[in-house]
Amino acid sequence: MGIKLKALTKSPWVYHLSTGSCNNCDIEILDCLTPRYDLERFGIVLVGSPRHADALLVTGNMTMKCIPRAKEVYEQMPKPGVVIAIGTCALGHGVFDGSYVMPKTVDEVIPVDIYIPGCPPKPEGIIAGVAKLLAMLKQKA
Amino acid sequence: MSEIIPIGPYHPLQEEPEFFRLHVEGERVIKMDIEIGYNHRGIEKLAESKSWDQVVFLVERICGICSTSHPAASINAMEDLGGIEAPERAQYIRTIVCELERIHSHLLWLGLAGHFIGYNTVWMWVWKYREIICDILDKMTGNRQSYAMFKVGGVRRDILDEDIPWFLKMLDKFKPALDLFKGAVMDDPVIHARTKGVGVLTTEQAKKYCVVGPTARPSGVAIDVRKDDPYFAYEWLDWDMVVLQEGDVFAKVACRILEMYESMKILEQCFKKMKPGIVDLHVKELPPGEGIGRAEAPRGEVYHYVRSDGSNFPVRYKVRAPSYMNIFSNEVAVLGEQVADAALILAAVDPCYCCTERIIAIDHDTNEEKKLSSSDLLRLSHEKTIRVKKELGIS
Repeated sequence: MGIKLKALTKSPWVYHLSTGSCNNCDIEILDCLTPRYDLERFGIVLVGSPRHADALLVTGNMTMKCIPRAKEVYEQMPKPGVVIAIGTCALGHGVFDGSYVMPKTVDEVIPVDIYIPGCPPKPEGIIAGVAKLLAMLKQKA
Repeated sequence: MSEIIPIGPYHPLQEEPEFFRLHVEGERVIKMDIEIGYNHRGIEKLAESKSWDQVVFLVERICGICSTSHPAASINAMEDLGGIEAPERAQYIRTIVCELERIHSHLLWLGLAGHFIGYNTVWMWVWKYREIICDILDKMTGNRQSYAMFKVGGVRRDILDEDIPWFLKMLDKFKPALDLFKGAVMDDPVIHARTKGVGVLTTEQAKKYCVVGPTARPSGVAIDVRKDDPYFAYEWLDWDMVVLQEGDVFAKVACRILEMYESMKILEQCFKKMKPGIVDLHVKELPPGEGIGRAEAPRGEVYHYVRSDGSNFPVRYKVRAPSYMNIFSNEVAVLGEQVADAALILAAVDPCYCCTERIIAIDHDTNEEKKLSSSDLLRLSHEKTIRVKKELGIS
């Protein structure tokens, strides 16, 4: 497992999974890839399929219709992989707490490695969170 | 022989999940089904358990991109219910936030549209200059998105007079960028070849499908809530509605770019005309009754209805968002077009499902489902751009 984890820290490819978010966090994730923040400098690339991904970026509330699909996407991701929950909705339900379509939070459906709070978190916040995760993985490996 | 191409529900084209089923014959699209609902969050029901102040925060999170249009319609509805007239300075501040949001939303869309046709340079440039607008919003409201500026009877934060020169300086910095985008899009032969005459929505179809905003205006339908039913400070300002006739993807791009120029005009006038004064009436309660509120979001008309029994909570809250009408116009716009163009046409209405998706293809003869992921669709679109470039003799 050690070498696999070490490889993961070099150039993590990320897949973005929105499970009923309001788009705010999704925009900020895309924003991280554009010139001002430019995460591609560090080899972080947004990919079009979970099968190519090392990390899942989960945003949103996990609505009922999304639960089976989110599970499927998680299973398609090669392991070891990490799951990053971004935004207040993905942490708990935030302002939507008590809604009839959200029986579960994200971490009750798929295992989450790191939480980044904020509504939406600023790109700096997302980058700081990912950097902390990479440091953690390096220690483990 | 026809095939079905499923798009969605998770697909990198859109940030949100929705699902399209394209029925194709060879390269041509003959029919399309749409399935939405991945992002249903029960907001109308939730609103009934929130107090009047909290409702504004809740509707702000209907959509992160239109995070000012929904509160705008919401406070319009509540002020209609209470017969409240917000102070003049508050109206100007509201207008400023609305127009900044319109510019940021149109830029966001322009960048993604560039990405769809394989021009990642356009995407990166546009998003680079979008940061200027985000910075202005950050300084003005305290957040890059979800500004939480509006409340019944006013705004939560005043704009400081000493900040205004900085805002104007940043807007001046943004102007050359806007000219750059206009030149880059309007003069590029490849963009012309990829978007002109593609995904045409005629005036009759636009009226039949009740489309709104920058999906209707490029098809020759002159509707804009800011002109038809002025709210905030729009009636005191001098600006024009952008109406084009062609109805194709190019017209939709052009309409959005020209609208950004109008927004700049509005912003400059607002900063000039704004006078010192109070910004909040401190409304304590709302009477029983009904209210409706409309606002022009970057994507079209937002409509909110609210009913009150005089308590702290709404009894009924109803929202109609613009994409709900616009998405279904894809049904006609996409017919007879190539699969390579489908992604672009679907994106051209700037749909906002607040969820993500992919595409599926079904073979009508064999009834076999062929899965094309969104990356396949992007690849098809990018390949077509390369083909078009070769035909035009541009390398």
